[in-house]
Amino acid sequence: MTEATRAQPAAPPRIDAVGLMARFAPLIFLLALMAGFSIAQPHFLTPLNLFNVMRQVSVYGLLAIGMTFVILTAGIDLSVGSLVAFAGLVAAAVSKGGIANRFTVGEGEAALGYGWELAALAAIGVGVVGGFLQGFAITRLKVPPFVVTLGGMSVFRGAALLFAGGGPISGFDPDFVWWGQGKLPLPLPRVWPLENLGQLIVVDVPVPVIVFIAFAVLAHIVLRSTRYGRQVYAVGGNPEAARLSGLNVRWVICSVYVIIGFFAGLGAFVLSARLDSAEAVAGTGYELIVIASVVIGGTSLFGGVGTIFGTVIGTILIGVLQNGLVLMQVSPYIQQIVIGVIIVLAVAFDTFVKSRKRTA
Amino acid sequence: MTEPLLRMSGIGKRFPGVQALDDVNFEVAPGEIHALLGENGAGKSTLLKILSGAQQPDAGAITFAGKPVTLSTPHDAQQLGIVTIYQEFTLAPNMTIAENVFIGREPGRWPFVDWRKMAADTRAITRRLGLELRPMALVRGLSVAEQQMVEIARALSMQSRLIVMDEPTSALSSSEVEKLFRIIRDLKAHGLSIIFVTHRLEEVMQICDRYTVLRDGRWVGAGAVAETTVDGIIRLMVGRQVNALFAHREPAKAGDVALRVEGLTRRGNAQDPHASVLENVSLEVRRGEILGVAGLVGAGRTEMARAVFGADPFDAGRVEIDGKPVSIRSPQDAIRHGIGLVPEDRKQQALFLSLAVRVNLSMAAHERIGRWRVFIDEKAERDLVEEYRKTLNIRMASPEQIIVNLSGGNQQKVVLARWLALRPRVLIVDEPTRGIDVGAKVEVHNLLFEMARAGIAVIAISSELPEVMAISDRIVTMREGRVTGEINRDAASEEALMTMMTLSAKAA
Repeated sequence: MTEATRAQPAAPPRIDAVGLMARFAPLIFLLALMAGFSIAQPHFLTPLNLFNVMRQVSVYGLLAIGMTFVILTAGIDLSVGSLVAFAGLVAAAVSKGGIANRFTVGEGEAALGYGWELAALAAIGVGVVGGFLQGFAITRLKVPPFVVTLGGMSVFRGAALLFAGGGPISGFDPDFVWWGQGKLPLPLPRVWPLENLGQLIVVDVPVPVIVFIAFAVLAHIVLRSTRYGRQVYAVGGNPEAARLSGLNVRWVICSVYVIIGFFAGLGAFVLSARLDSAEAVAGTGYELIVIASVVIGGTSLFGGVGTIFGTVIGTILIGVLQNGLVLMQVSPYIQQIVIGVIIVLAVAFDTFVKSRKRTA
Repeated sequence: MTEPLLRMSGIGKRFPGVQALDDVNFEVAPGEIHALLGENGAGKSTLLKILSGAQQPDAGAITFAGKPVTLSTPHDAQQLGIVTIYQEFTLAPNMTIAENVFIGREPGRWPFVDWRKMAADTRAITRRLGLELRPMALVRGLSVAEQQMVEIARALSMQSRLIVMDEPTSALSSSEVEKLFRIIRDLKAHGLSIIFVTHRLEEVMQICDRYTVLRDGRWVGAGAVAETTVDGIIRLMVGRQVNALFAHREPAKAGDVALRVEGLTRRGNAQDPHASVLENVSLEVRRGEILGVAGLVGAGRTEMARAVFGADPFDAGRVEIDGKPVSIRSPQDAIRHGIGLVPEDRKQQALFLSLAVRVNLSMAAHERIGRWRVFIDEKAERDLVEEYRKTLNIRMASPEQIIVNLSGGNQQKVVLARWLALRPRVLIVDEPTRGIDVGAKVEVHNLLFEMARAGIAVIAISSELPEVMAISDRIVTMREGRVTGEINRDAASEEALMTMMTLSAKAA
């Protein structure tokens, strides 16, 4: 192999079928799944249902964007679900006008609360501070991310329970709720029927979907085209080489936990708005679904490999799977089993491709 | 001479690309201490791995105690009574001394362990070694010397007849060495044979009965220690012509001092003042000069490089760049002051194996290809890669190729390009040609020459003496964390360097 590359400098790279397959495997699998569901269940492939899927996955998706940064550095964050609950409650309380008024009933003018802007800011603030504390523990106290965020999972859940003081906080200002339930008419190109392909048509797109896609695009640009993005890949790919190349490895690692904290706060805000309610048990089990989305999307748990595009596909894949199984009236318990099996298979496939490459 | 305990004859072993051992003969008599000697890469380790059953020879035969044997696994070797004590100990730090001594062979009725007997047996063995160690103490609390004794105790508990010690003295203080030698002599008196691998030739003269020297995977000589001298052994170890394949060049016209290091000291183990990693290292290198650093593995060359580059902390000493003292606490500081480091282990310390050549090459130069401080200007980056692809003749299919698919030589050129892109004042290269083929070696040497010509001060660390002599203007030698000598290229010979590298006396 090395001899060949030496002898023919201009030779085009050989087409690596397995590698190419691996790269687009999540997308291929998603399309196959969608085809399967639409045959089995005609209701599946309707715009209404597809937007429904997208709206359902948008909170997972926001968290998965943050998780991609973390996993790219070979880290993990188990605390996202708990942090979502805590940040959501804080946002809810702010929107109600403070912790003392959190159970008051009333909407719009009747609510004493602060605006959605402050609520969103509070949720994101809680997420960022929570993420920073975990990043600090990981980089300065040198505790492995798994342990720190396992602790965080318990701490933030406890904080949420303490803060909620029993019962959900519900009934927010309509401006707040708009961020979860609202729709924006956007002109989109048609993909169906084929004779009208590309024709613009105004569609009411759910706001959470827009938020998700917007941040996915932003994160994609950050990872692909900024110096910071490079550093994330480098630190995950080989921390020692990154350090010897003059990168501030500790700073980079700490920063990805701040980023996922930001997305936990944003996700909490959108989730509370969508449910028009915040409660201490919100977000339970999210860490698993989010980690699964990222891993299924092709990001390596060993760090250094992965894309936001993959994560978006992975997120939608899990959403489609859940939605399709519900439409086919499969028990939710079986859904959990299916998702669990798919996570393991996705990583097994990844490992298989890697070992193929090494022996090639 | 009596029938040898061990006879290895005609041993050959080939690894991809190298003949590690070629027709090697090696004999050890009962009750003798036998020194196995050779430069780095001479084949000692491979021979020992074959003897311990960890690797299989391609050719040759082994007889032990008069019977032909096959050593397919380390277990086979242990069953015969051949025990190897490696340089890196194989003890489990969180288990007790007794458990470590009897690991895998615990006394008692299965599945239960007879702790009382295990402790008593351990105590008996350690007493025999003249040690007072509590059998139930944890290994992690022991000093390096004590851990070594536990390894020896384990060897004795296995009824060994031949103990192989791979550089047993490298981490010991002189009093501990004396103690070890007493024990070794005692073992010999009880009829055990010892194979002693060391880089310290004085120790060979002090304790060994016979010696065998390997060079480039071949047997080059053996004999009684009493009938030879340190010089005689060094001649055997080195005795080859300077390899004509190495590049040559005219001596450089050196400029001002670019880097001066003074009194660099780094202590290893706080409890053990002898275990200094670096001891009062001073050196300087001028603009346009290549300073070679020679020394055996573990001499502190890499540690010196890492300390100067800020990759490891140091306890004392100062670093000056262009005559001005600078504070270097991290690689970032070093880079800011124009120091680059091409580390020893390309794959572990330099490359991002899963990323493209383009990304690997530009990793330290983001400042240069940045846009608005935040973004990476992809066009500037591509131009940068193209520039170095041309000047360094890096052979790759495209800048997007994943770097793991490049040959070792081209990978190393990418790492060199990474630093050149920063336009450094000082570049430290640690084993710049390790694991790359001969043609690429010459190319890398020529690159180093060009850098020097461009005014960069180059420090080149290499374990290959012919390489050091071919590329350096001036050579310093190190041993055990100290600089033991300095010699001009014209005055340098392999014999002289080997003497400076292996003897503690400071060469004039």
